[in-house]
Amino acid sequence: MGLRSVLDKLEPHFHEGGKYQKWYALYEAVDTIFYSPSSVTRSTAHVRDGVDLKRIMITVWLAAFPAMFYGMYNLGFQANEILAATGGEVEGWRGSIIAALGGYDASSLWDCFLFGALYFLPIYAVTFVVGGFWEVLFAMKRGHEVNEGFFVTSILFALICPPDLPLWQAALGISFGVVIGKEVFGGTGKNFLNPALTGRAFLYFAYPASMSGDAVWTAVDGYTGATPLSVVASQGMTALQEQWTWTQAFLGNIHGSIGETSTLAILIGGAVLLVTRIASWRIVAGVFLGMVALSTLFNLVGSDSNPAFAMPWYWHLVVGGFAFGMMFMATDPVSAAMTNTGKFAYGILIGVMCVLIRVMNPAFPEGIMLAILFANLFAPLMDHFVIQANIKRRLARV
Amino acid sequence: MEQLLSLFIRAIFIENMALAFFLGMCTFLAISKKVSAALGLGIAVIVVLTVTVPVNNLILNYLLAEGALAWTGIPALANVDLSFLGLLSYIGVIAAIVQIMEMFLDKYVPVLYNALGVFLPLITVNCAILGASLFMVERDYSFAESVAFGSGAGVGWALAIVALAGIREKLKYSDVPAGLQGLGITFITVGLMSLGFMSFGGIDI
Repeated sequence: MGLRSVLDKLEPHFHEGGKYQKWYALYEAVDTIFYSPSSVTRSTAHVRDGVDLKRIMITVWLAAFPAMFYGMYNLGFQANEILAATGGEVEGWRGSIIAALGGYDASSLWDCFLFGALYFLPIYAVTFVVGGFWEVLFAMKRGHEVNEGFFVTSILFALICPPDLPLWQAALGISFGVVIGKEVFGGTGKNFLNPALTGRAFLYFAYPASMSGDAVWTAVDGYTGATPLSVVASQGMTALQEQWTWTQAFLGNIHGSIGETSTLAILIGGAVLLVTRIASWRIVAGVFLGMVALSTLFNLVGSDSNPAFAMPWYWHLVVGGFAFGMMFMATDPVSAAMTNTGKFAYGILIGVMCVLIRVMNPAFPEGIMLAILFANLFAPLMDHFVIQANIKRRLARV
Repeated sequence: MEQLLSLFIRAIFIENMALAFFLGMCTFLAISKKVSAALGLGIAVIVVLTVTVPVNNLILNYLLAEGALAWTGIPALANVDLSFLGLLSYIGVIAAIVQIMEMFLDKYVPVLYNALGVFLPLITVNCAILGASLFMVERDYSFAESVAFGSGAGVGWALAIVALAGIREKLKYSDVPAGLQGLGITFITVGLMSLGFMSFGGIDI
């Protein structure tokens, strides 16, 4: 218990009157990362459960790991394949590290992983440090706790960025997401939009050139490779199936944002969340059903001018960020609906909106991010009406 | 018919009065603290917009526009252009219709009249209402189109204010910094809502 005694010895300095009083939030954060706090619920509404906010958040963070590790590998794999075809090399500091530790062999697990890590880790580090700075600043000024919620926001934000994202934009995006999306409302649990998505949407509309299009999805400069969704939107299903098989897309061997490519890895992480009941199965089922229903409807209606109408639901599931959004973003307990009926309605709205934007909106080939933000706006309203209906029903019974 | 439907949907989501054009902000911000009040106001706005835009369309096409008076058959009036009276007439029509509706509701639907209370006269000065009439003039809508546009604009505005009221009811439990409490955080909220509604931008129907 060496660390415990060090922390205990330091603790008085951070309390009221101590010399580091205003850094208390930081001390508290470090302490609770290593040891579970002994504090208990002080007011009414006791929940007898070992699960607290910290544990929930850490679980989500760990559940994102399969998608993250696969994403790093895939990033390197895609880039190395292109480099093998064009014969190019990566310049700058990344190039020297790759030359020192590995190579550009697309069949080597290590080479691909190293390549991916060199692109993903800087984005993640910047996101983590900048976002963490805002979190700690607000915690110190406003006297709330720094908690692991920020681990989740930062990893989710980094995973939905394109691999080529300039680092200053990552810093700007997470700043907007954390400050405007969360902290001005009072921190974790008080916001109404998902902070990671708010940050990404801000970047998306502010810097469309580095967030969308065909050139940003691989880490190789000057290479344009369309994502499956933009292939469907412009050329149709046949072109999509010529380029990728469904299994390929399911396993994740496609271009895309870092964490969203492998549906399999996401489903593994998502299964953990569902089994531990951190993610609500009602929301996930709602999103899935909404997507299946509307895409089937579009299949049946058909269209001569819009090839995306013909995309079946099992393709919608595996391409783009749908699976990632369904498992990790839509299920954010803060910005989702709270009531059980509301959760279904909220999920279905996301699924429907996602397909609607993908198919109907020529400006945005991908729709899950905006669909979730849109549904976030109506989540409080759904809860309101569910609660009102409940009150009415019970009043009638008295 | 299909074209009218697409105009209706466009007016609700893509060209949302409150969140794409930021019209009618004063009532939008002031009366969005409770969902029930917002719902009442939203319904009133839907009714007023559905009536005023087509009526103003008739006034424009049969009284004010250049050559509109030709139906009278008087040669001296055939080429008169009264469109400079537009703004004056539209707001007058809006005020009159709101008054008539108020009296009508008072007499026949007192429940709704009491529920709406002061919001009904307030609608007269809501710029979303006048804005819709002016959009109608600018975009040269026919009578049927102005019915579709008017009702769509009303539904869109109502949807936005009810959603905002839902969010603000939730934000009552938030811990907003002192300097931002009240209208400040509402402005930020509306901005973020508008970000959510951007998903429709670019849809061409």
